[in-house]
Amino acid sequence: MAIIQVKNLKTSFDNRIIHNGLNLHINEGEIYGLLGPSGCGKTTLLREMVLLQEFAGGEIELLGKLLSSISKRDALSLKRQWGVLFQFGALFSSLNIYDNIALPLVEYTDLSKRMIDEIVRFKINLVGLKQEDALLFPSQISGGMKKKAGLARALAMDPKLLFLDEPTSGLDPISAREFDKLILSLHEMLGLTIVMVSHDLRSIYDTLHRVAIIDEKKIVYEGTLEGINDVKSEFIQTFFKQDGVI
Amino acid sequence: MAKISSLSLQSDKDELSLIFHGTLSLYQLNSFERQIKSVQLEQYKTITIDLQQVEYLDTAMALYLNGLSQRYHAVIICENSTLNKTLQLVQQREVVALQQKRKKSFLEALGKKAYKFYEGLLGYIHFLGVVFISKLYMLGSLRDIRIKEIAFEINESAIKALGIIALTSFLIGLVVAYQSAYQLKIYGANIYIVDMLGLSILRELSPLITAIVIAGRSGSAYSAQIGAMKITQELDAMKTMGFDPYAFLVFPRTMALMLMMPILIFISDIMAMLGGMLVANIDLKVTTELFIDRFNEVIALKHFLVGVIKGPFFAFLIASIGIYRGLQVKDDTQSIGFNTTKSVVESIFAVIVCDAIFSIMFTNLGI
Repeated sequence: MAIIQVKNLKTSFDNRIIHNGLNLHINEGEIYGLLGPSGCGKTTLLREMVLLQEFAGGEIELLGKLLSSISKRDALSLKRQWGVLFQFGALFSSLNIYDNIALPLVEYTDLSKRMIDEIVRFKINLVGLKQEDALLFPSQISGGMKKKAGLARALAMDPKLLFLDEPTSGLDPISAREFDKLILSLHEMLGLTIVMVSHDLRSIYDTLHRVAIIDEKKIVYEGTLEGINDVKSEFIQTFFKQDGVI
Repeated sequence: MAKISSLSLQSDKDELSLIFHGTLSLYQLNSFERQIKSVQLEQYKTITIDLQQVEYLDTAMALYLNGLSQRYHAVIICENSTLNKTLQLVQQREVVALQQKRKKSFLEALGKKAYKFYEGLLGYIHFLGVVFISKLYMLGSLRDIRIKEIAFEINESAIKALGIIALTSFLIGLVVAYQSAYQLKIYGANIYIVDMLGLSILRELSPLITAIVIAGRSGSAYSAQIGAMKITQELDAMKTMGFDPYAFLVFPRTMALMLMMPILIFISDIMAMLGGMLVANIDLKVTTELFIDRFNEVIALKHFLVGVIKGPFFAFLIASIGIYRGLQVKDDTQSIGFNTTKSVVESIFAVIVCDAIFSIMFTNLGI
């Protein structure tokens, strides 16, 4: 079942066209990657999916809702069903890690303090942070920890859908592999649908089920990584064949 | 080192051969250029560039020769494959001259600037509309009002500004009294210092000073804070989690300032009058009792109210401009500084315009 469907999407900034007639669909329960050369509009597409940016034409259907004409109430209910991890974590700098994770729970639920505490500590554990890190502020922790904390916050409301913007960029290779493993195990444990933008070849091969490759304002390929060999695209040629993995 | 590089020119009627020797690199380029310039190339019909005896050619020299051959339709003779490769490389990557930026005429620049200003104004009005709607919405559901945030902002942007406002106001009261004392003494009109200070401070000076200090201190802080939050994507994160930035950031800040501004103006009134009283006492021999008696007699309550009532209006302007500028920040750090500066300048300007409107209004109403 398709959880996200993008139909004939058009995007432009001023006079620059970013997407022109872009189509893709993302099935429930898969880890889906948006790939492409830099500047092709992967992050823009992701931002359009999470309602941060408007598109000029076409349609995005997400969890059965049409984003072009979504009401405020529907938008809010969607926002409670997804989690977003930004490239640099985007933790609220005025709150410590614990409060960052607790915030959606405090705002949206009437759970008791004790229960929230338990959930937050579980989420901290789930993403592999130490309990004593919980009281640190975002300015006091490393980039990798910020991403983990951001992931914990994204998972706070147990979303069905997780958006990741370059989850392994800026991490050292070891932490990046750890993060991949974390995403895979979370996917297995929680049955999440994950959509990510990535540049990290290792992480692409290790985690993704299906990919969409955006180039020249359109999708040039959508499907599993095995089929990528047959596609004629300059980006695919240079990106995937440089180390002869395929 | 290889042979010394050199250039010899051989001319024969309307034919010219440029024969290069040795290694050609950018170190020799200048001297060759001068040598070639000294002969008028235009007068020759056929020009050949002979590179047969050249051992090395770098890209700078190749670029020059390529340009030369194109301008004068010269033929390059070269059989060395390495040199040919360099020449080909240069020919392929011919640098397309960047389109010169068209210089804007004065009128065009003025028009563009005016339109940009107009757009900015529209943007601000749009922002005001959204703020207003979110305020109405907030007042409709009182339960959602974030008391904790408002209290925090009251402390941050108003209580902590008390000291500097008190000090500034005291000094302004002192200075105004001191300046006028000399004039009043000439006429022996010492007691009128009370009327003068009372009217000018309560009605105009205190509200303005308070507004200017708050704009410089708290308005700029709002811009910088929110700008930084925008750069670190905190605002985006908020939106994706379904938290309305207007409810979380804009409402508490504007509300806090609007609530506190009248109180700050009141404090400023007291401190400025104290400063004036001190000068009156020392310089004009108007005792404290006399000062207060006279104050009671001539300064009606309405003068105080006129000053205080401006407070919430000034506060709204300062807070909304500060926040609007913060939201205008683009994805680079430079624009934080730019927008913070702008927020202070614009909010002080807006406060003064607003004050002028109030002045006219009150005068016409006979208050």
